[in-house]
Order: sequence, then C-alpha cells, then structure tokens
Amino acid sequence: MSRGITLYLHVHQPWRVRDYTVFETASHHDYFDGNGENDRNNGRILRKVADKSYRPMNALLKKLLDTHPDFKVSLSITGTFIEQAEMWAPDVLDDFRALVETGRVEIVAETYYHSLAFFYSHEEFNRQVNMHRDKIREVFGVETTAFRNTELAYNDQLAEWADQAGFQAILAEGWDPVLDWRSPNYVYRPAGTENIKLLMKNYRLSDDVAFRFGNREWAEYPLDAHKYQQWMEAAFGGDAPIVNLFMDYETFGEHQWEDTGIFNFMEHFVANWLKTPGNTFYTVTEAANADEPRGEISTPHTITWADTERDLTAWLGNSLQHETMRHLYALEEDIMQTGDIELIGDWRRLQTSDHVYYMCTKWFNDGDVHAYFSPYESPYDAFLYVMNAIRDLRYRLMQHTRYGGM
Amino acid sequence: MKLLMLGWELPPHNSGGLGVACYHMAKAIAQAGVDIDFVLPYDAAHPDTEWMTIHAATKQIPDQRTEGGLAYSGDYPTLRKLQASYITHVEELVRTQEYDVIHAHDWLTMEAGVRAKELSGLPLVVHVHATEFDRSASDSGNPLIHEIEYQGLMVADRIFAVSNITKAIIVSKYNIPAEKIEVVHNALDVTSLLNYEYDQSTYRYLESLKEEGYTIVGTITRFTVQKGLTQLMKAAARASERYDRLAFLFCGDGEQRDELIQLAADYGISDKVYFTGFVRGKQWRDAYSVSDVFVMSSVSEPFGLTALEAAHHDTALIISKQSGVGEVLKGIFRYDFWDTDKLADQIIGIATSPALLSSLRQSAKSEYLKFSWNDVAQKCLVNYHQLRTGVYA
Repeated sequence: MSRGITLYLHVHQPWRVRDYTVFETASHHDYFDGNGENDRNNGRILRKVADKSYRPMNALLKKLLDTHPDFKVSLSITGTFIEQAEMWAPDVLDDFRALVETGRVEIVAETYYHSLAFFYSHEEFNRQVNMHRDKIREVFGVETTAFRNTELAYNDQLAEWADQAGFQAILAEGWDPVLDWRSPNYVYRPAGTENIKLLMKNYRLSDDVAFRFGNREWAEYPLDAHKYQQWMEAAFGGDAPIVNLFMDYETFGEHQWEDTGIFNFMEHFVANWLKTPGNTFYTVTEAANADEPRGEISTPHTITWADTERDLTAWLGNSLQHETMRHLYALEEDIMQTGDIELIGDWRRLQTSDHVYYMCTKWFNDGDVHAYFSPYESPYDAFLYVMNAIRDLRYRLMQHTRYGGM
Repeated sequence: MKLLMLGWELPPHNSGGLGVACYHMAKAIAQAGVDIDFVLPYDAAHPDTEWMTIHAATKQIPDQRTEGGLAYSGDYPTLRKLQASYITHVEELVRTQEYDVIHAHDWLTMEAGVRAKELSGLPLVVHVHATEFDRSASDSGNPLIHEIEYQGLMVADRIFAVSNITKAIIVSKYNIPAEKIEVVHNALDVTSLLNYEYDQSTYRYLESLKEEGYTIVGTITRFTVQKGLTQLMKAAARASERYDRLAFLFCGDGEQRDELIQLAADYGISDKVYFTGFVRGKQWRDAYSVSDVFVMSSVSEPFGLTALEAAHHDTALIISKQSGVGEVLKGIFRYDFWDTDKLADQIIGIATSPALLSSLRQSAKSEYLKFSWNDVAQKCLVNYHQLRTGVYA
C-alpha cells in the first residue's frame, strides 16, 4: 500500500482596517483603503508577500510538479486574497492557475471571507461558502470536493453540515484530547455523518516546518530534509496510510524567510521522499479516499489549529472580540435587506477572522505570535478602528432606511 | 513690579489644564502692568506670549505623544532629573536678575520656588492647582511628592488654592494654617474662544444619532484615576440599561485608556462609547458642542476648568461633589463621584426631559462668566503687594 503525504497550504490575506477614527465615521467609508508606509496598507502588504512568498513558492511548486509526477498539493485560497491579488498581483493568480492546470493541485472549499460565520449565522455561512465556490469556479474552472473552515475551526455540527453539503472530506486539527490514543495518520469518520471523511493534521510534523523551522533556539535546529524524512518514516510507522501536513502557505518565505533555507528544504524533502518506492503525495480528497475510516471521531467542542489551547479563544476569548462579533452580526438582516452590494461587501470584509485576532489579549506564550501578526499598535487600537467601521455601517444603513439608530 | 513665575507647561505644549490656567493668569497679570519672567522646563515656541519673557530651563523638546505631557509624565526618575535642571536654571536667574515676588505653580516647581526664596530672600507664593492627594485619588500617592508639597507649603509666604476643596485638603492633610491660604478660583478666558463656528462636521456619526433623538454625554479629560472615569463608565452602563438613546463621548488619553476600552466592552456598551484620543483645536471644541451634557466625574478635582469651557459651548453640567468648580455654580447637577446610580439617574433625567436639559443649559451659560481672569489677576496683585510690603517694611 502507498504511503502518502497530504500537503495542504492555506492562502489568505485579510482586508485590514486602516486607522479609522471617530472623526471619519459617517463621513468616509473607505475603511480598507489604508495607505502609506504602514502595515494597514493592504496593497503594500500584498506586494511584499507576493515577492517574499507567493512568487517564489509558486515557482517551486510548479517545478516540483513538473519534476515529480507523484507530487501533489492542495490549496485553499480565500476570496479576500483573490480580490487583492486581482488588484495588485494578477501574475500571482496566473501562477496559481498554472498549478491547478497540472491536474495535481486540489482547491479546497471554505468561506469566501475567511470568517467565523458558522458560529454566528448558518445562513450567512452558507452564502459565503457558495460565494467561494463560485469564485473558485470562475478563477480556476474547478469544483471543490473537500472543505476546511476558517482557522480549521471544527466540531461535529460542522462535519454534519459538510456531509449534507456533499463534501467528501473535511479538515481538522489532530489534537490529542480529541484523538485520545489514536493517531492522526489515518482517515476517520466524523460522528453523526454518513459519507464524509475526516483528515486530521499531524501538528507535530506540520509545526516543525510552519513554526519551528527557522528558530535557532529549537533543539532540533537546523532541520534538514534527511532528518525530517526520518521523522516522517517514524510517523508512518508500520501501516499508517497518510500524514497530513497542513499549514499556512505564507510559511514559505513570509513566516519563514528565504534565508532560513525553507525553499531548499522543501525541494529536497519532496525529492527524497519520492525516491522510496511506495511513497507518494495525495491531494486531500485522494487522501480521504485512500483508506477506509478507522473509527469515528466525536468533537462536540470546537477545536482550531491555533495556540496551545487549540480553541477559539484567540478570536473569541475576550469581551472586545465578543462585542465586535455581537454588533457585527446583529446587522445581518438589515444589511442584507438593503441589497446594496458595497454595503454588504464591506460588512462581510469586517467578518474576516483576522480582525478579532488582532484584538487578542493573550499576551503570554501565544501572545508573541499574535503581536507578530498584528498590524496595530495594540489590541485596543484594533478594536476601536473596527468598532468605528461597524458604526459607519450603521450610519450607511440609516441612510438606506432613514430610520433606526444604534 | 517684576515677577518670577515658575511653571511647567504652556499651550500648545500642555497636557492638561495647568498650562491653560498659567497662560491666562500670566496674561491677565501682565496686562495689569507686571513684568513677568516665566520659566519652563522645555524649549519650544509659544505663540502669543510676547507680553512676557519665557525662559527655557533645558534644551529638551516637549513630549511627542501629547505634545506636552511633561506635567503628568509617569516616569518619575526622568522627571526628577528635569526638575534638577530646572532648579539650576532658576538659581541662575535669581542670582542675575532682580525680582519682587516668586510665584510657583504646583509641586513640579515648588522646590525651585523654595530654592529661589532661599537665595534671594524674596516672598514666595505657592499656587496649588492639585495636590498629590488629588492626582492619586487616594490617601497614598507618591510619598516623595507629598514631602515636596509639604516643604513647599511650609516655606511659602502665601498659598493660593484653586478652590475651597483644595484649601481644605491643604489644611487637613498638610496641617497648614488656613490664614495662610487664599482661595483663587480659576476662570475662563472667553476671548480665546471667539472665532469659532460650530458646523457639525467633525462628529458626523454623533450628529446623525442626535437627529435620531439620542442624547450625547461627553467628557474631555486625561484618562487617569483622578478623573473618576471608571465610575463614569459604570454609570453609562447603568443608564444604558434603562434608556437606550444615549451615547458617550470620551475625549482624551492617558494610562487608563486601554482599561476604559476594556471596561466598555465588559459592560457590553462599546458601541455607545466613543474614544477620540487626545483632541485639540476644532475637534476639541466640537466635542463640547456636540455634547448635550458634560460630565466632570473627578474623584478629586481642585478646580475643573473644562466645566466652564463646556458651559461656554452650551452644555448642561453634571459635576462630582469632589470637583472645585462645582462649589460656585448653582444651575448644575452634582453627585458623589462613587454614586454611579445617582449619576445614571441624572443622565436619564436630562435625556428624557427636554425642559430640564434646556434649563440646565441656560443656567450654566448664565453662570460661567462670573469667573474672570482679571479678577484673578487683581487678587494676585493685592497679595504680591501685601507680601512685598510685609517683607521689606
């Protein structure tokens, strides 16, 4: 039997809110049009990450696909990323198209806006999944068969939904308290589902690359392809059929800079791995169908791929975040009723999970990661700008209805 | 007469009311014919101060964050170093210049005042805008600052207190004889507030809420424990529970800023609370104008000039009983700073009664003009003359 690595990379950029003050609320509606030499300038960031990550990594993936007939990769690409790439780096989208055209790159479904809508409004969640499906069809000409929720936020209810929606596979964190004695390196059946398969991230091997690769304090530093291959062999053990490597696409070149050797590492690892007969790569849907489910996994509580808690507290852990979400989703019905595409679009862009992530106040251990990924001076600044934007949405809503208030 | 005035900040490099009060007081005294040398701890341009001579004690430029802020800097060791340089400069001045009286403002310049008196034998007026008891809003505070205040108050020939509340603190906490203390209420310089037209363009969202029948409750202050803002936030939450057409405008900045943002979220009223950051110019004045009600929530406020500024911009006033400016205004609501239920009640009362709102507005407007900087200057001059004749007779 073949042993297949499921390499899945997540491509995303949020529409960051600029320093949007009380003084602009109700007079300017351009929350996402930050400019200047700062990290709220979305165009500037996209161009920077395109140079550091998207262009070199796409080139590497293309080379690997051209060189190794057994190399495969899966990508999830958010709608907010595609919008920004269309504006500021259309060649990057062409590169992605070229990858998909090889027939060995699967696009994974998700919410268009990289939102946590599943936890607030199933209706809105469904609309965003449909929007994403349509966008992927339009840009890449392919249909999606596997689903991943924002931040890999997963529970039984989501699996049931994905099963009924006809997806063949769904992705989740291979978190020990959920797996108990079991290994993430098999295919499972989510509790309460009929057909769908559950793929669980091997977080040790994934995070060795995504988080630890360039860390000089790490006992295993430097990690080379040979050492990683040994760990991979150990993970497959006697009979495991799959190892799921799930990570942010931006790991390559942005989170781990080129000078860490991340691109070379990847190139060599793929070549080495495929030298052994029987070793291969799977797309996520292939992986789900490579084996029968070895058991049922029940996950009543939501797990994610973030932080040491693997829960939603990085996004929904404090009252700033709860307030933001409460006021944002409270607008749903009124906003949808306007039929105003721009207003609805701005409301949806604010649903992107990154906004509340920037409001995270968990300073210790995980906090340094959050600080690195935040374009704002503090979580409180992030909160004020987003709250002002939400109030501006209310104002625009009032202009529509000539009625209302807060 | 030549006056050596020791201050710590002047507009536009002020972080609070101290600089504003010093500016207008000095101006009124200068207009009464007094030569003033005004010493500052930093070096910067100050427009419209040609009627006095400003001495920069150091080459330091004002803090960028508040374009001032030195008076309330949290970094004590840095502040002490600056004070040491300031004293050296004042020593040099009294050695080389002839003065009649020394007038020192607050603990920041008290040591320099004491030193100047030692060297020159001139009479020293210590002007108390706030004590460490006010700033810390407690009986604790920084013991070193207490000590500096104690010595300054002891050595001073005359003490000016900005309110009866402050006078009472000086008597009870520092055991200073009441006869040595003169209450000199601050005033509002109306001429500096001319040339202003309110065009409703700055706070568009709040204006739109007002059209929908909302009442805007505003405050403009430093976000420090002295100002009682956590209590104001609690009252805002209490009031919002019972009446939802309220919005709260918090203008300013300070070490409690993040805490207040968090508190609003904890109470679930983030969408009703507006944080502007530090405001000046039009944004500052429009903040008063957009407010229907101005709340001064201080735990301990020696005077509270912003209440008079608010009255000038046509707001109703709710002022804590611990704020000095409240002792001479009648047409206002008062409450104990800790009594958040009462404050909530007063806010709702005003919000739900247009008649009450307009009557409070009118009375505040008719009363705030009885404070005048010319009266303050006259009081200062009388005291300078008494001290001079007392010393030299």
